[in-house]
Amino acid sequence: MKLFTIFLAGIIFSAGLMISGMINPQKVIGFLDIFGDWDPSLAFVMGGAVLVNAIGIRFVLRRKKPLFETKFSLPTRTDIDVRLVAGAVLFGIGWGLVGLCPGPAIAVLGAAPQKALVFVAAMIVGMYGARFIKTPAPE
Amino acid sequence: MHDFVAATLGGVLIGASALIILAGQGKIMGVSGIVARLLPPIASDWAWRIVFIAGVILTPIVARFAFDINPTVEITPNVLILAAGGAIVGFGTVIGNGCTSGHGVCGIARLSWRSVVATVIFMASAVISVALIKIISGG
Repeated sequence: MKLFTIFLAGIIFSAGLMISGMINPQKVIGFLDIFGDWDPSLAFVMGGAVLVNAIGIRFVLRRKKPLFETKFSLPTRTDIDVRLVAGAVLFGIGWGLVGLCPGPAIAVLGAAPQKALVFVAAMIVGMYGARFIKTPAPE
Repeated sequence: MHDFVAATLGGVLIGASALIILAGQGKIMGVSGIVARLLPPIASDWAWRIVFIAGVILTPIVARFAFDINPTVEITPNVLILAAGGAIVGFGTVIGNGCTSGHGVCGIARLSWRSVVATVIFMASAVISVALIKIISGG
Protein backbone atom coordinates (compact mmCIF):
# COMPACT_ATOMS: atom_id res chain seq x y z
CA MET A 1 0.00 0.00 0.00
CA LYS A 2 2.77 2.38 0.97
CA LEU A 3 4.85 1.87 -2.14
CA PHE A 4 1.76 1.87 -4.34
CA THR A 5 0.83 5.28 -2.96
CA ILE A 6 4.35 6.60 -3.59
CA PHE A 7 4.24 5.14 -7.11
CA LEU A 8 0.96 6.99 -7.66
CA ALA A 9 2.61 10.21 -6.50
CA GLY A 10 5.37 9.63 -9.07
CA ILE A 11 2.76 9.16 -11.81
CA ILE A 12 0.87 12.30 -10.79
CA PHE A 13 4.11 14.31 -10.63
CA SER A 14 5.17 13.10 -14.06
CA ALA A 15 1.71 13.76 -15.54
CA GLY A 16 1.92 17.26 -14.10
CA LEU A 17 5.27 17.82 -15.83
CA MET A 18 3.86 16.53 -19.13
CA ILE A 19 0.60 18.50 -19.03
CA SER A 20 2.22 21.75 -17.92
CA GLY A 21 4.96 21.67 -20.55
CA MET A 22 7.75 21.54 -17.93
CA ILE A 23 8.94 18.36 -19.63
CA ASN A 24 9.96 20.41 -22.69
CA PRO A 25 13.36 22.06 -22.09
CA GLN A 26 12.82 24.50 -24.96
CA LYS A 27 9.63 25.74 -23.30
CA VAL A 28 11.47 26.11 -20.00
CA ILE A 29 14.15 28.18 -21.72
CA GLY A 30 11.35 30.30 -23.22
CA PHE A 31 10.08 30.88 -19.68
CA LEU A 32 13.55 31.85 -18.45
CA ASP A 33 14.12 34.15 -21.44
CA ILE A 34 12.43 37.17 -19.85
CA PHE A 35 14.53 39.65 -21.85
CA GLY A 36 13.65 37.95 -25.14
CA ASP A 37 10.50 36.29 -26.45
CA TRP A 38 9.19 35.54 -22.96
CA ASP A 39 6.70 32.71 -22.44
CA PRO A 40 5.35 33.37 -18.94
CA SER A 41 3.03 30.33 -18.84
CA LEU A 42 5.29 28.15 -16.69
CA ALA A 43 4.98 30.63 -13.81
CA PHE A 44 1.52 29.10 -13.40
CA VAL A 45 3.08 25.70 -12.78
CA MET A 46 4.86 26.94 -9.70
CA GLY A 47 1.85 29.05 -8.76
CA GLY A 48 -0.56 26.12 -8.93
CA ALA A 49 1.83 23.72 -7.22
CA VAL A 50 2.69 26.09 -4.36
CA LEU A 51 -0.94 27.04 -3.82
CA VAL A 52 -2.21 23.45 -3.62
CA ASN A 53 0.73 22.46 -1.47
CA ALA A 54 0.47 25.43 0.91
CA ILE A 55 -3.23 24.77 1.53
CA GLY A 56 -2.85 21.00 1.79
CA ILE A 57 0.11 21.13 4.17
CA ARG A 58 -2.07 22.77 6.82
CA PHE A 59 -4.32 19.73 6.84
CA VAL A 60 -1.59 17.10 6.48
CA LEU A 61 0.53 18.46 9.34
CA ARG A 62 -2.44 18.36 11.71
CA ARG A 63 -1.81 14.64 11.91
CA LYS A 64 0.69 13.47 14.48
CA LYS A 65 2.59 11.36 11.96
CA PRO A 66 2.57 10.45 8.27
CA LEU A 67 0.55 7.44 7.12
CA PHE A 68 3.48 5.08 6.57
CA GLU A 69 6.22 6.43 8.82
CA THR A 70 6.63 7.20 12.50
CA LYS A 71 7.31 10.91 12.11
CA PHE A 72 7.43 13.82 9.70
CA SER A 73 11.02 14.59 8.77
CA LEU A 74 11.08 18.10 7.38
CA PRO A 75 14.06 20.44 7.09
CA THR A 76 14.43 22.74 10.09
CA ARG A 77 17.41 24.88 9.12
CA THR A 78 16.83 28.61 8.74
CA ASP A 79 20.38 29.88 8.18
CA ILE A 80 21.47 31.19 4.79
CA ASP A 81 24.98 29.84 4.25
CA VAL A 82 27.40 30.10 1.38
CA ARG A 83 26.61 26.57 0.20
CA LEU A 84 22.94 27.33 -0.25
CA VAL A 85 23.73 30.45 -2.26
CA ALA A 86 26.56 28.93 -4.32
CA GLY A 87 24.53 25.77 -4.97
CA ALA A 88 21.53 27.79 -6.16
CA VAL A 89 23.71 29.94 -8.44
CA LEU A 90 25.30 26.84 -10.01
CA PHE A 91 21.99 25.03 -10.36
CA GLY A 92 20.54 28.08 -12.12
CA ILE A 93 23.44 28.18 -14.59
CA GLY A 94 22.95 24.53 -15.51
CA TRP A 95 19.17 24.89 -15.68
CA GLY A 96 19.51 27.83 -18.06
CA LEU A 97 22.12 26.02 -20.15
CA VAL A 98 19.87 23.06 -21.02
CA GLY A 99 16.39 23.86 -19.70
CA LEU A 100 16.27 20.76 -17.50
CA CYS A 101 16.02 20.61 -13.73
CA PRO A 102 16.14 17.25 -11.89
CA GLY A 103 12.39 16.42 -11.94
CA PRO A 104 11.80 16.93 -15.66
CA ALA A 105 15.19 15.35 -16.42
CA ILE A 106 14.00 12.11 -14.83
CA ALA A 107 10.69 12.30 -16.70
CA VAL A 108 12.50 12.91 -20.01
CA LEU A 109 14.33 9.63 -19.38
CA GLY A 110 10.97 8.07 -20.18
CA ALA A 111 9.88 10.51 -22.90
CA ALA A 112 13.11 10.89 -24.89
CA PRO A 113 15.73 8.63 -23.31
CA GLN A 114 18.41 8.98 -25.99
CA LYS A 115 18.59 12.73 -25.34
CA ALA A 116 18.12 12.68 -21.59
CA LEU A 117 20.63 9.99 -20.79
CA VAL A 118 23.73 12.18 -21.14
CA PHE A 119 22.22 14.90 -18.98
CA VAL A 120 21.01 12.55 -16.24
CA ALA A 121 24.26 10.56 -16.19
CA ALA A 122 26.22 13.80 -15.81
CA MET A 123 23.75 15.00 -13.17
CA ILE A 124 24.35 11.87 -11.12
CA VAL A 125 28.12 12.32 -11.43
CA GLY A 126 27.72 15.95 -10.29
CA MET A 127 25.58 14.86 -7.35
CA TYR A 128 28.15 12.30 -6.35
CA GLY A 129 30.96 14.80 -6.73
CA ALA A 130 29.18 17.16 -4.36
CA ARG A 131 29.51 14.49 -1.69
CA PHE A 132 33.19 15.32 -1.48
CA ILE A 133 32.41 18.94 -0.68
CA LYS A 134 31.37 18.10 2.85
CA THR A 135 27.69 18.92 2.89
CA PRO A 136 24.70 16.63 3.38
CA ALA A 137 22.52 15.81 0.39
CA PRO A 138 19.05 17.38 0.46
CA GLU A 139 16.23 15.31 1.95
CA MET B 1 -6.00 23.78 -23.91
CA HIS B 2 -4.50 27.22 -23.39
CA ASP B 3 -0.91 27.21 -22.13
CA PHE B 4 -1.83 28.99 -18.91
CA VAL B 5 -4.62 26.53 -18.12
CA ALA B 6 -2.40 23.54 -18.89
CA ALA B 7 0.40 25.01 -16.77
CA THR B 8 -1.93 25.62 -13.83
CA LEU B 9 -3.43 22.14 -14.09
CA GLY B 10 0.04 20.59 -14.28
CA GLY B 11 1.10 22.66 -11.29
CA VAL B 12 -1.90 21.48 -9.28
CA LEU B 13 -0.92 17.86 -10.03
CA ILE B 14 2.69 18.52 -8.96
CA GLY B 15 1.43 20.09 -5.74
CA ALA B 16 -0.88 17.14 -5.14
CA SER B 17 2.01 14.72 -5.63
CA ALA B 18 4.06 16.62 -3.05
CA LEU B 19 1.16 16.36 -0.61
CA ILE B 20 0.95 12.60 -1.09
CA ILE B 21 4.68 12.24 -0.35
CA LEU B 22 4.32 14.43 2.73
CA ALA B 23 1.19 12.68 4.00
CA GLY B 24 2.50 9.19 3.28
CA GLN B 25 6.25 9.34 3.79
CA GLY B 26 6.49 12.51 5.87
CA LYS B 27 9.14 13.85 3.51
CA ILE B 28 9.72 16.73 1.14
CA MET B 29 9.12 15.85 -2.51
CA GLY B 30 12.45 17.17 -3.74
CA VAL B 31 13.64 15.28 -6.77
CA SER B 32 17.33 16.18 -6.39
CA GLY B 33 17.32 14.83 -2.84
CA ILE B 34 15.30 11.76 -3.78
CA VAL B 35 17.88 10.91 -6.45
CA ALA B 36 21.04 12.03 -4.59
CA ARG B 37 20.32 9.90 -1.53
CA LEU B 38 20.28 6.80 -3.70
CA LEU B 39 24.00 7.30 -4.28
CA PRO B 40 26.48 5.72 -1.87
CA PRO B 41 26.18 5.84 1.06
CA ILE B 42 22.64 4.82 0.13
CA ALA B 43 19.93 6.14 2.45
CA SER B 44 18.16 3.47 4.50
CA ASP B 45 14.79 4.64 3.11
CA TRP B 46 15.74 3.86 -0.49
CA ALA B 47 12.61 1.92 -1.48
CA TRP B 48 10.17 4.83 -1.74
CA ARG B 49 12.77 6.84 -3.66
CA ILE B 50 13.18 4.12 -6.29
CA VAL B 51 9.43 3.63 -6.59
CA PHE B 52 8.80 7.38 -6.97
CA ILE B 53 11.45 7.66 -9.70
CA ALA B 54 10.01 4.59 -11.44
CA GLY B 55 6.59 6.26 -11.51
CA VAL B 56 8.08 9.44 -13.01
CA ILE B 57 9.99 7.56 -15.73
CA LEU B 58 7.23 5.09 -16.60
CA THR B 59 4.44 7.66 -17.00
CA PRO B 60 5.63 9.15 -20.33
CA ILE B 61 6.38 5.64 -21.61
CA VAL B 62 2.89 4.36 -20.78
CA ALA B 63 1.41 7.59 -22.13
CA ARG B 64 3.14 6.98 -25.45
CA PHE B 65 2.56 3.29 -25.93
CA ALA B 66 -0.87 2.88 -24.31
CA PHE B 67 -2.51 6.23 -25.04
CA ASP B 68 -0.45 7.61 -27.95
CA ILE B 69 0.26 10.79 -25.97
CA ASN B 70 3.55 12.33 -27.03
CA PRO B 71 4.39 15.60 -25.30
CA THR B 72 6.79 17.89 -27.14
CA VAL B 73 10.34 17.47 -25.86
CA GLU B 74 12.87 19.69 -27.64
CA ILE B 75 16.44 19.33 -26.44
CA THR B 76 18.69 21.41 -28.67
CA PRO B 77 22.11 21.59 -26.91
CA ASN B 78 24.92 19.33 -28.12
CA VAL B 79 26.28 16.45 -26.03
CA LEU B 80 29.02 18.56 -24.42
CA ILE B 81 26.56 21.19 -23.23
CA LEU B 82 24.15 18.47 -22.02
CA ALA B 83 26.93 16.86 -19.99
CA ALA B 84 28.15 20.17 -18.57
CA GLY B 85 24.61 21.29 -17.74
CA GLY B 86 23.76 17.99 -16.09
CA ALA B 87 26.92 17.99 -13.98
CA ILE B 88 26.38 21.58 -12.80
CA VAL B 89 22.71 20.89 -12.01
CA GLY B 90 23.58 17.76 -10.04
CA PHE B 91 26.43 19.41 -8.17
CA GLY B 92 24.54 22.63 -7.48
CA THR B 93 21.33 21.01 -6.25
CA VAL B 94 23.18 18.83 -3.76
CA ILE B 95 25.37 21.69 -2.49
CA GLY B 96 22.29 23.95 -2.31
CA ASN B 97 20.08 21.25 -0.72
CA GLY B 98 17.35 21.27 -3.32
CA CYS B 99 15.98 22.10 -6.75
CA THR B 100 12.78 23.41 -8.33
CA SER B 101 10.60 20.83 -6.59
CA GLY B 102 12.18 20.75 -3.13
CA HIS B 103 12.93 24.46 -2.73
CA GLY B 104 10.63 25.96 -5.38
CA VAL B 105 7.43 24.04 -4.71
CA CYS B 106 7.65 22.43 -1.27
CA GLY B 107 9.92 24.94 0.46
CA ILE B 108 8.02 28.03 -0.62
CA ALA B 109 4.72 26.38 0.35
CA ARG B 110 6.19 25.77 3.82
CA LEU B 111 7.43 29.37 3.88
CA SER B 112 10.97 28.13 4.45
CA TRP B 113 13.28 31.15 4.35
CA ARG B 114 16.16 29.06 2.95
CA SER B 115 13.95 27.83 0.12
CA VAL B 116 12.64 31.29 -0.71
CA VAL B 117 16.22 32.60 -0.91
CA ALA B 118 17.42 29.59 -2.93
CA THR B 119 14.51 29.85 -5.38
CA VAL B 120 15.01 33.57 -5.98
CA ILE B 121 18.73 32.95 -6.57
CA PHE B 122 18.42 29.97 -8.91
CA MET B 123 15.64 31.65 -10.91
CA ALA B 124 17.76 34.80 -11.29
CA SER B 125 20.82 32.74 -12.12
CA ALA B 126 18.89 30.76 -14.75
CA VAL B 127 17.45 33.92 -16.32
CA ILE B 128 20.93 35.48 -16.56
CA SER B 129 22.33 32.19 -17.88
CA VAL B 130 19.76 32.07 -20.70
CA ALA B 131 20.32 35.74 -21.55
CA LEU B 132 24.12 35.33 -21.68
CA ILE B 133 23.90 32.19 -23.79
CA LYS B 134 21.74 34.08 -26.29
CA ILE B 135 24.27 36.90 -26.47
CA ILE B 136 27.23 34.53 -26.84
CA SER B 137 25.52 32.41 -29.49
CA GLY B 138 24.41 35.58 -31.28
CA GLY B 139 20.73 34.66 -31.04
